Amino acid sequence: MLFGYSFSDLGSILVMQGFSGLSLFSVLLLMALGLAIIFGQMGVINMAHGEFMTIGAYTIYVVSKITEKYFPEFMAYYFVVAILAAFVIAFIVGYFVEFLLIRHLYKRPLDTLLATWGLSLIMQQIFRSVFGGREVSPTLPDWLMGAWAPTPNIDIPINGLFVMVITLIVTGAVILALYKSRWGLKVRATTQNRMMAGAVGINTQKVDRMTFAVGCGVAGIAGAAFTTIASTGPTSGSTYIVDTFLVVVFGGTASLLGTVASAFSISQAQSILTFFMTNAMGKVVTLLAIIVILMLRPEGLFASKVRK
Amino acid sequence: MNIFYDRWLGGRQGAIGLLLLALLIFIVLPTFLDIYRLNNVGKYLTYAFAAVSLVMLWGHAGILSLGQGIFFGVGGYCMAMFLKLEASDPASTARQTTPGIPDFMDWNQITQLPFFWEPFHSLTFTIIAIFVIPAVFAYVIGAAMFKRRVGGVYFAIITQAIAAILTILVVGQQGYTGGINGITDLKTLHGWNINTNSAKYILYYINGALLIGVILLCRYILSSKLGRLLLAMRDKEDRVRFSGYDVSNFKIFVFSLAAIISALGGAMFTLQVGFMSPTFVGIVPSIEMVILAAVGGRMSLIGAVYGALLVNYGKSAFSESFPALWLFLMGGLFIGVVMFFPNGLAGLYQTYAKPTVDQFLEKFARKSAVVQSTSLNEKKEVVE
Repeated sequence: MLFGYSFSDLGSILVMQGFSGLSLFSVLLLMALGLAIIFGQMGVINMAHGEFMTIGAYTIYVVSKITEKYFPEFMAYYFVVAILAAFVIAFIVGYFVEFLLIRHLYKRPLDTLLATWGLSLIMQQIFRSVFGGREVSPTLPDWLMGAWAPTPNIDIPINGLFVMVITLIVTGAVILALYKSRWGLKVRATTQNRMMAGAVGINTQKVDRMTFAVGCGVAGIAGAAFTTIASTGPTSGSTYIVDTFLVVVFGGTASLLGTVASAFSISQAQSILTFFMTNAMGKVVTLLAIIVILMLRPEGLFASKVRK
Repeated sequence: MNIFYDRWLGGRQGAIGLLLLALLIFIVLPTFLDIYRLNNVGKYLTYAFAAVSLVMLWGHAGILSLGQGIFFGVGGYCMAMFLKLEASDPASTARQTTPGIPDFMDWNQITQLPFFWEPFHSLTFTIIAIFVIPAVFAYVIGAAMFKRRVGGVYFAIITQAIAAILTILVVGQQGYTGGINGITDLKTLHGWNINTNSAKYILYYINGALLIGVILLCRYILSSKLGRLLLAMRDKEDRVRFSGYDVSNFKIFVFSLAAIISALGGAMFTLQVGFMSPTFVGIVPSIEMVILAAVGGRMSLIGAVYGALLVNYGKSAFSESFPALWLFLMGGLFIGVVMFFPNGLAGLYQTYAKPTVDQFLEKFARKSAVVQSTSLNEKKEVVE
């Protein structure tokens, strides 16, 4: 007996809380992947990253409403198209933001923080003007509803499983793109040494723009995952931004593997602690633990062995 | 006398700037504004403490803290705890289940005053706490980070996370902190009713005097060797380190100093506004304090005060009548200041107004005194 629960109960709680932690893990990881590209690779502090997630979430909402109204027969499949749309729209917005704002501030990282915070305020207000202050949720296809119950004590929601699969695919794709593709090579070359990369014929400005836009696009997919676990409001994204930054810093900024590991440990710790304490205290304990660990090990879990 | 003039006041330019500010705070605003509006200005001026602390920390030492709200809150809460205990004496709380404890504790079924509230019965302790708690807190955070050479962006993000934690904690522990509503219904300071008009005037003047005092102190520090070192650290940290200085200690010092200044602002905020709540502690207020300093000019102590007045005035004017427009404006302000006016109002003054003012002063000086000016003009490194 522990905390008044029997061990078999405790096992089920762990599995179920662990699984609800996995949904949080998916959102955090997808957010953090985008940020790891933007912040870890480019050194830009994008405080508006959460708003790119919100863009993705609203895209899903809009696509679901359009499908429901005009093409009801495709309701079962729209989600896949919507995810692509979320990526594309967040990508395009990110592309313009880089062009208009970010590229002027590469040499002043602390100033990007302020400018993108301003951007996030503006974007939130745009969401509020367009979609209203109330939270909205898309109509999810039937096959995403429901739960899978391997034993009577354990219920695992299907949408959680689905989001996990998307997360795995996106994570794999990002890692492949960064480490195995021509584009990834250029990105890494540019971030390691901008001058030299330029000297060997890489168009660094173009690479920067693409990198930032891809990071934002991945945040858009995070928004798609987000719609399956919560409803979307104008400030949905900003509630995740601090957590996401901590995930990236905690994992070690230059390491994607570290990002995956830290997103996993943070979301699991938070989800399991939440069950035994109040919601707020679970979060406080998790964040405190991260900060204490970061104070002891400032370079994060997986430090890159690059001299700075 | 000369040292006072050159270093505390910052030479002729600095002295005139300070004089104008003092005129505005002590004479112009009180004559033209009624007490309600003056009280609001007093509230904006408490944010100016945080903005001034950020000028020291961010403008001069290059450390961007997104957690000044933490210290503002610590100062404010210390003050609020003292005032709340005084307001909940057994006689006036006789209707509660447990008389003599703050009302929100009673609502949350707490029957005994928590141990960390006990010392706040004493005003002396409270005043000491307003200085010591933020300093110690900042020392611990600063020592843990700067000794390990965590700086720049990481420091900003971690201080922001700490601000987030503190807000969640304050909101979550309703019985001990008053939760999201904060600590309200504050009435008297040692038997002196702080809600009367005369008390509001007095508090406004105390607040203004403290602010001017803080600016003088900061000028003195900036004009010392320490101030020079802070600038050097901001620009080329490694060179300062290789010259044999322990960079981390200077950073810890300036971070703790900034914490105390912000806490002072927080304490004055509680006194003038009459309550304290977590909405002045978290991520958003902390980042808004940075924009106050940025609008005023991140290098200018006096500019920070004008920035605080202007932005907060704009905020209350616009957010009342056009709430939607205000967020656009605020966002645009962040972007605009960073992209086009990195030196804020003070920068604009330097480029556009200063040449004319200088000419005018030159004429004026030539008329009044001919001999004195040569020695003063050589000391042009004025700390604005």
